[in-house]
Amino acid sequence: MKNLNSIFAAYLIAWAIFFAYYLTVARRAAALHEDIERLKNSLHRGK
Amino acid sequence: MKKQVLAAAVVFFLVGAAAYGAFFVAPTERTMGPIQRIFYLHVSSAWTGLTAFFICFVANLLYVFRRQPQWDWLSVSAAEVGLVFTSVVLVSGPIWAHPVWGIWWTWDWRLTSTFILWLLYVCFLLLRTLVEEPDRRRLFSALFGIFAFIDVPLVFGSIRWWRTQHPQPVVMGGPGSGLEATMWWVLFFSWMAMLSLMALLIRARYRMEAARDALETLRQESEAV
Repeated sequence: MKNLNSIFAAYLIAWAIFFAYYLTVARRAAALHEDIERLKNSLHRGK
Repeated sequence: MKKQVLAAAVVFFLVGAAAYGAFFVAPTERTMGPIQRIFYLHVSSAWTGLTAFFICFVANLLYVFRRQPQWDWLSVSAAEVGLVFTSVVLVSGPIWAHPVWGIWWTWDWRLTSTFILWLLYVCFLLLRTLVEEPDRRRLFSALFGIFAFIDVPLVFGSIRWWRTQHPQPVVMGGPGSGLEATMWWVLFFSWMAMLSLMALLIRARYRMEAARDALETLRQESEAV
């Protein structure tokens, strides 16, 4: 199939972009939840 | 958590099935040959990106009129996801263009207006990092988001109103436009798959923004203690 490399490259790059974005959102969300838990604990200790 | 994993699995299956359709179900286009199969990724990503920007626009309007932070969360989530889909369009386009046009890029109306759209939403996200006070940040970003959306009709109309290197529309185009039936169904399925991916990403990003807001509230509480 002619230009097969280009077709695969387009699809692979697109999937890589989507996957990388999903990973960054998951990581940022996990970091935020960690911060929330830490703050909640420190607030409980302060009361 | 179980629901999230299930939703992600369904989306993964749909996106995989869409790729299968593009490679093995859709017929080979007569003029361009197999390289035209990028069309199903490129066009469905473009339509999905524009849909995400439309959601962002509606959320911005609702924030301006109602001032509820939830609309701001939706707006930033849709803008970021729209930007991801538009990035895919800007990458897959040149990969398709090079073997067909002999060039990677040209500054015609469609390509330029799409690139400007991408830049506008990058600015939208950057603007949010520059204003610290939450209410002002939300209002400025909503107003800028409404302004940025002006480019969306330009992107849509550019290949209808002006002569461009980019092909004329195959859907909602003039006389002579249109797609072979199988191609149309594969494109439609690809778009549905991309919309489901968009919904998954916006949902994940929205929950993150809600967590960020909860963290800001907690910080204020801890400073007050």
